[in-house]
Amino acid sequence: MRLACPECDLLHESMEITYGHSGYCQRCGAVLFRNHKNSLDKTLAFAITGLVFFLLANIFPILVFKMNGNTEANQLADGALEFLNSGYWPLGILVLFASVIAPLLVLCLLVSILLPLKYNRLPVIPELQIRTLLSLRPWAMAEIFVIGIMVAFVKLGDFAEVGIGGSLISIICMVLAMVLAFVFLDRRTLWQRLDQLK
Amino acid sequence: MRGLLPITAKNSGILACETCHKLIVCDTVSEKGATCPRCKRAIHVRKKDSLNRTWALLVAALVLYIPANLFPIMTLISFGRESRETILSGIYQLFLSDQWVIAIVVLLASVFVPIFKIAALAFLVISVQMGLTWRPVFRARLYRFVEWIGRWSMIDIFMISVLIALVKLKALATIEAGPGALAFAAVVILTMYASKTFDPRLMWDRLEGEIDE
Ligand SMILES: [Zn+2]
Repeated sequence: MRLACPECDLLHESMEITYGHSGYCQRCGAVLFRNHKNSLDKTLAFAITGLVFFLLANIFPILVFKMNGNTEANQLADGALEFLNSGYWPLGILVLFASVIAPLLVLCLLVSILLPLKYNRLPVIPELQIRTLLSLRPWAMAEIFVIGIMVAFVKLGDFAEVGIGGSLISIICMVLAMVLAFVFLDRRTLWQRLDQLK
Repeated sequence: MRGLLPITAKNSGILACETCHKLIVCDTVSEKGATCPRCKRAIHVRKKDSLNRTWALLVAALVLYIPANLFPIMTLISFGRESRETILSGIYQLFLSDQWVIAIVVLLASVFVPIFKIAALAFLVISVQMGLTWRPVFRARLYRFVEWIGRWSMIDIFMISVLIALVKLKALATIEAGPGALAFAAVVILTMYASKTFDPRLMWDRLEGEIDE
């Protein structure tokens, strides 16, 4: 199996591929592949888990804010909508995309690619689906959103009473599932599986 | 290694697809406008116009970094009193209220990461342009780190989005976004694109050129 390092272009003539091991470039140390047993099945399982938690994250509030007898709670997309309402529409679009749309799309794409593969079928438009998945991945910032929520929580705690809503836990679970899905996803295995089915 | 040319895809006449990593022998495709037979994406020997694009994005990010820090990122209106907060004054407030861990996280994400990213990428681009052969493995690691850390600057933007959605009790307490947030978000996006347009393989190409001579 011949491989070119994506970061320094060095050609690796033959790479021994064993389960549970990762391959690194001899020259620059870049990851060439990560090999996990049943890599695609694991990714699929975590992607489905992530989707379930995504749905749950939309039902409950994230944080609850209390001040002088008034209560305000926010949900997943509220921050983005507030940006849009207050005239900062580029920020609204950015936040909506990075914290809601991109994570949802990434999870849906993973399922739509891997579920057919599991039953030995080709996805509808595999090339486009995988390309979109890979280019969307850096923009799905659910993990950073979680830290942002925590900073907001600490800041508000200074002058008012703040509580944690059920959605925060769901978002954290979704983030963990998404991170694990990508830990197990091996691009090379994915393309090889597609090549086999064609 | 001196005297011996390392075998790369480029000097073996092979194109490597950036998306699916398939190797394509150049004889079978015309180099210009070639698309990958597997994932159907346009492939190039090296990222197109990499250094110029990275420079342009870095300069734009550096310029916008000034208003990002000068203008308030948000305003708290409570009982008729307005207090504006910039990136730095927000971090100062966190230190004042003894939230050390969070203060350091925000300081790293909003101040150090953007500056570090712009400086590191500028250094990498200059190192390629000057044909530097100094510690290539270190520079490769530096690039990988810059690529990984860049997104984390978005913490402040998400924090503001949560606060403006949560604190809107009219006269009692309201938080509004400020223009600094817009500039700061632009800085984050521009630097993310800057690290994406930089082609790390160029660092190694220079190295091979040196050995060639
Ligand atoms: Zn390499």
